[in-house]
Amino acid sequence: MSETAKSAPTGASAASPSSNPSRSWTLRVRQAIDSHLPMDHLLPDRQPYYIGSWVYVFGVVTIAALVWVIVSGVVLSFFGPQWWHDSSVGRFFNSLHFWSVQLFFIFMVLHLWGQYFMAGWRQGRAATWMIGVVIFGISILTAFTGYLSQQNFASQFVALNAKDAMNGAGIGAFFNVLNFGQMYGLHVMLLPIGVTFLVVAHIVMVRARGVVKPIDAEGSARP
Amino acid sequence: MDSPATYLHSGFILISWPNLLVIIGMLVLFAVALVVPFPHGGDHDDVGNS
Repeated sequence: MSETAKSAPTGASAASPSSNPSRSWTLRVRQAIDSHLPMDHLLPDRQPYYIGSWVYVFGVVTIAALVWVIVSGVVLSFFGPQWWHDSSVGRFFNSLHFWSVQLFFIFMVLHLWGQYFMAGWRQGRAATWMIGVVIFGISILTAFTGYLSQQNFASQFVALNAKDAMNGAGIGAFFNVLNFGQMYGLHVMLLPIGVTFLVVAHIVMVRARGVVKPIDAEGSARP
Repeated sequence: MDSPATYLHSGFILISWPNLLVIIGMLVLFAVALVVPFPHGGDHDDVGNS
């Protein structure tokens, strides 16, 4: 016991790796965050003049809709299908979830239109644009599994028709749209985690580089 | 709400009226966002960090 106590690192020896930056991964991560994402970029109190347009509101409305989607989805997953079909409160949250998704997609597409016409991928923002594209794709998959998880005649109709397309595409063996448990698990766990993680990455990348300048404001439109 | 939607069918175009109305509404909203002035838009400073 005493030998163990002697070999255990003291406070000074435990902190010694920090004195050598090349060996301290925590220090390297902290310095990378400080240099690439300073707090005045992460939480700015002023914005460029060209941000004063309603077009820039579409993205944040999409995020607001996503928050409501997640909150209502957590409530639905807690009480289950019988609750959201049989009780009035359950139907209210079911509708809240459904219409929040409609707003999420409407404003995500409006945000996409805005970024497309202002060429939002300019000046080193290609990764931000591509992550947005991936979010759009995963969101469609999430909405699809959501339709299949409704546990009503509409979801059965969608599943019965979609299974032929999945089998025709060769993915029916591991993506079985008639399997409620698989679709529900994908819808409430894996896909939302993917969407949320990528949305956070998307926002951080936007904050790190700032909003792209309008083409006529930067003098020359660089590709 | 559970009744089937009515469809607009003209040549090769086949779309339900609810879907068409949503698309028209999105186009109108996008156009409005471009032309309606943003409140306090002149108060922003040019502190672009790009």
